[in-house]
Amino acid sequence: MAGISTRESYGKTLVELGKDNPNIIVLDADLSPSTMTHFFAKEFPDRFFDCGLEEQNMIGIAAGLAASGKTVFASTFAVFASCRCFDQVRMCLSQMGLNVKVVATHGGISVGEDGTSHQAIEDLALYCALPGLTVIVPADGIETAEAVKVAASTYGPFYIRLGRPKTPFVYPESYHFALGKAVTMRQGRDATVIAMGIMVAMALEASDVLARQGIDCRVINMHTLKPLDEEAVVKAASETGAIVVAEEHLAHGGLGSRIAQVVAREKPVPMGFVNLGDRYASSGKAEELLERYGLTAKDIEEGVRAVVKRKQDT
Amino acid sequence: MPNHAEPSSRLTPPINKSNLSVTELKEVARNLRRHVVKMIAAAGSGHPGGSLSAADIITALYFRVLRYDPHNAQWPDRDRFILSKGHAAPILYAALAESGYFPVEELLTLRKLDSRLQGHTDRNLTPGVEMSAGALGQGLSFSVGVALAAKLDRRDYRVYVLLSDGECDEGQTWEAALSAAHFKLDNLVAIVDCNRLQLSGWTRDIMNLEPFAQKWQAFGWHTIEIDGHDFDGILAALQECQNMKAKPTVVIAHTTKGKGVSFMENNVSFHGKAPTPEEAEKALKELG
Repeated sequence: MAGISTRESYGKTLVELGKDNPNIIVLDADLSPSTMTHFFAKEFPDRFFDCGLEEQNMIGIAAGLAASGKTVFASTFAVFASCRCFDQVRMCLSQMGLNVKVVATHGGISVGEDGTSHQAIEDLALYCALPGLTVIVPADGIETAEAVKVAASTYGPFYIRLGRPKTPFVYPESYHFALGKAVTMRQGRDATVIAMGIMVAMALEASDVLARQGIDCRVINMHTLKPLDEEAVVKAASETGAIVVAEEHLAHGGLGSRIAQVVAREKPVPMGFVNLGDRYASSGKAEELLERYGLTAKDIEEGVRAVVKRKQDT
Repeated sequence: MPNHAEPSSRLTPPINKSNLSVTELKEVARNLRRHVVKMIAAAGSGHPGGSLSAADIITALYFRVLRYDPHNAQWPDRDRFILSKGHAAPILYAALAESGYFPVEELLTLRKLDSRLQGHTDRNLTPGVEMSAGALGQGLSFSVGVALAAKLDRRDYRVYVLLSDGECDEGQTWEAALSAAHFKLDNLVAIVDCNRLQLSGWTRDIMNLEPFAQKWQAFGWHTIEIDGHDFDGILAALQECQNMKAKPTVVIAHTTKGKGVSFMENNVSFHGKAPTPEEAEKALKELG
């Protein structure tokens, strides 16, 4: 599979940004070899601060730097970037509206063997709950690079969730990222899969299989969860009459919840949800976990067949 | 590294209050305390105890020490004052108003709908307020970021942050304390308003902080202990910290909660309770 991890793309993009913009400061919490901020640290040691294992303090420091005019990237694992310092993010980033980009790696269960303590599956619910935050989950390394650049040049607090494993490319090098604008990866009339992150490649795979079965399935990459591209959701509901949301997250508060709210309000149609439900996963290889906990192309196919049937029954 | 010039050679504050005598500072503090009582009484809620304990420290800062321009609140070279104990917002608002950031009359809008003076500080609403606070324990971290920015930009402004003693229960305060020493932030001064009371009782009973000064020393801070109501001591401490190299300074200021109003002094019930109109009248009479 051709691809790189989204975290690796982030690390390299930061170096590029650092060359052009001396105002960029990067913080980490003793995880820089894993979050890949170590590339930046090596290139620009004066603009990199390791905050140690002090995630709460890191967010406060980031806010203080941003209040003094800096563009700050703060990185750690997604579990710590969300749950460990949520009050700090609420006060310093959401309420003060400061120019801090929390870029969190090792999101979802595809972290693998480290197990439940390290699998961020509630981070998007937490961040999406906060007024003023922009929340992004890129689908591959190319989209990551683009999203990180847009975050750097757009004032305000961002949360970008990245992953640990290599992720196949779903975009060509020429891809242009538009903040808050969903990408229709494939047209279709019978149903729409709206996915984010690693689920986008799986959704494309599922739509290939479904096509052979005579189901013409649209695939949308909803890379920006907040602000949500409601127009794309309503269009999908109107034109295809059935929606499946696929996300590496708990059932509640993430992409599925956000889309369901729009569908319920604007254009009710049968909906299906491919996610982790209301449970934690476990240790295991990433691919084993995705299969065990129902996050595969096959799960998306089944979801689509079910909503198409419901659509036909009504 | 920025050059820490001696105070005498620093820029003259646009509003020059640096010549106020201790007698005059006492008069300013008395006036600020009167504002606090009136504001909180008018609001019908608020935290008088922690505002009154910090009144002399804040007076010394705004009317003698800090470099700022009330007509240019975002002046990049201003000294930063960060109120981490956000519930003491009224004393900060009073100082800002008397310094010229906004009209004194506005003080009586405290906590009211559409007021710029929120119950706890909001940096996006009030001119001169550096940080939105209220969830305790976050101000020292924010201040570390501001002090780091000064180093990065080679600016010689100084960062003063006021903490409460109760707030030092919060683990984040100690994370920040570690990092300020680690980053050698000699442009950062933390002042702890040690009024010995927190919301529900004496700090020694709720969560004992002692040995307090030794903790800061062990965390790598230059530590000064003073009487937080003695202007000579406050000014000497704020002078002393300017000579520190490669180390942050903490000023442990021993204060009396509710200072200046006899029935509020050392009275935990006035941590977060407004005086009745009768109590306010009595308090104002005492303050003179």
